[in-house]
Amino acid sequence: MVSRGQKFLERFYIGFVFFLLYAPILILIVCSFNASKARTVWGGFTFNWYVSLAQNEEVMAAVRTSLVLTFSAALIATILGTLACIGMTVMKKNSQSAIMSVTNIPMLNADIVTGIAIMLLFVRFAGLGMMSMLAAHITLGVPYVILNVMPKLKQTNRSAYEAALDLGATPTYAFRKIVLPDIMPGVLSGFLLAFTISLDDFVITYFTKGPGINTISTMIYQQVRRGINPEMYALSTILFLVILVFLWIVNRIQNDEPQAAEAQAKGKVAA
Amino acid sequence: MQAKELIHLENISKSFDGELVLDELDLTIRENEFLTLLGPSGCGKSTTLRILGGFILPDKGRVIFDGQDITNTPPNKRNLNTVFQKYSLFPHMNVEDNIAFGLRIAGKSDAYIKDKIKYALKLVNLDGFEKRSPLLLSGGQQQRIAIARAIVNEPRVLLLDEPLGALDLKLRQDMQYELIRLKNELGITFVYVTHDQEEALTMSDTVVVMNQGYIQQMGTPEDIYNEPENAFVADFIGDSNIIDGIMIRDRKVEILGVTFDCVDTGFGEYKPVDVVIRPEDVVLLDPGKGSMDGVVSHIIFKGVHYEMEVTAGGFDWLVQSTVGHPVGTPVGIWVDPYNIQIMNKPESDDEKAVGVEE
Repeated sequence: MVSRGQKFLERFYIGFVFFLLYAPILILIVCSFNASKARTVWGGFTFNWYVSLAQNEEVMAAVRTSLVLTFSAALIATILGTLACIGMTVMKKNSQSAIMSVTNIPMLNADIVTGIAIMLLFVRFAGLGMMSMLAAHITLGVPYVILNVMPKLKQTNRSAYEAALDLGATPTYAFRKIVLPDIMPGVLSGFLLAFTISLDDFVITYFTKGPGINTISTMIYQQVRRGINPEMYALSTILFLVILVFLWIVNRIQNDEPQAAEAQAKGKVAA
Repeated sequence: MQAKELIHLENISKSFDGELVLDELDLTIRENEFLTLLGPSGCGKSTTLRILGGFILPDKGRVIFDGQDITNTPPNKRNLNTVFQKYSLFPHMNVEDNIAFGLRIAGKSDAYIKDKIKYALKLVNLDGFEKRSPLLLSGGQQQRIAIARAIVNEPRVLLLDEPLGALDLKLRQDMQYELIRLKNELGITFVYVTHDQEEALTMSDTVVVMNQGYIQQMGTPEDIYNEPENAFVADFIGDSNIIDGIMIRDRKVEILGVTFDCVDTGFGEYKPVDVVIRPEDVVLLDPGKGSMDGVVSHIIFKGVHYEMEVTAGGFDWLVQSTVGHPVGTPVGIWVDPYNIQIMNKPESDDEKAVGVEE
């Protein structure tokens, strides 16, 4: 039996852990609404920092760069990652697991190493700029796409694909009509994860960005070094909330899956 | 009177990972024929079907369809459709869209497609199922939708890969009748793969018994059952007493030390042979009145008949009879000479009656 006191302690402990984890971000969010520029003094509630943020051309440029970069990188990573998965399913077991380990390297490798490596490559052969950033962010995203798509692709029923061919579909048409709808949840959560990872990256972006180009994270870094400006608290708060929303959506997609499968199984039994 | 040759598999060989699955297989399929490839798992029957469907390329040999070489033609360009073993319906489409899939690719008009769907659903006894999701159908219904989806395209040949394997006994029997009816109504060629000998005997015009990548015997169900060519076929099709014997001379064979009359000739003198006697052909008489005496050692009731084991001459004879005798009853054994089947001893391992899972 769990006594009342025990239950209270349990809850208190969990609450305390979460408080410690999120206190810094909480303070950041509070500061973004603080009318006073001093971090330790509460000068009243204000939206001013958000307003001046929207009027700051430099910041808005960084936001635009971030969105364009992140979206294109996530999109290309999703296409490449999904194609890679299809290629891998027809491979023999050994080559498949070999390639799987290789694709995990960018995920496990220290960001700073990946960043410097890509920087060196581009400095030597092409120069730094939007292209080098894009390449770096695609590299970052592909493993997450593969990690999400591969299990879905392995679950799909191969005879459904063969049946489509049998009924006259070309391999591309069969893939688009039969396989893709089946693996779509994996593709979608792969895309969103790649988007999140890319949006929130600082280290790799910092090393691969061209002169004069800033993303949200490198922008915040620069501003904070120059001196504290509460606008950056506001920007960080927005970044945090956007990523929170994305992760929540990814979670929803992944949680819906087993439920759908369950419903399917139940349907079969009932029939 | 033989129908026109429609498909010819010409000396097909195929190995997977160095293991030979089909060895120089040569097979002719005629128009409007219900041909069944029958054999234990791993005998190469499914591989043969997949080569026909275009999902596997043979290592050697050619596939001729209506006079044309289609060996390298991809599945979507072949005028045949497959009903797969596992439920292969498209889960995110309703029954109607599943059936229309092939027709839409072929660019048929909406009115034509609508008509066809109606016709096909009626044919498989599932009228009114258009809007249902395949996920909510039973196994038998799903398989019937899969058949409907294949036949609306009016293929010359329908390939069926153990389509009834996942169904229960009663449903399987119903579906067997349904398939025969379909074949007669549609007038197309059926190539059917199964490991179930009853299914093969019930439905087929021609049965092809396969083992280890070879065709063991090909013929009508009656031929295959009554005149098995080797011990493998005899053992795989139905129950059999397979006994070592010696052909003394034409029409005389010695089994278990007793000479039986038979009708076979041309085996030579004192030649070791395999003797096959179906359990329903063993006649039990009073002791002393048959060719040899024995004692009933087991009996079970099977519904239509009793199945008994009779120990005689050191061999346990499998006997089926509508009259049961209690265990321990002394009996005489007699076999009509016409029901004694003499076969040459196998020359290779492939023809041996290997362990058959059932």
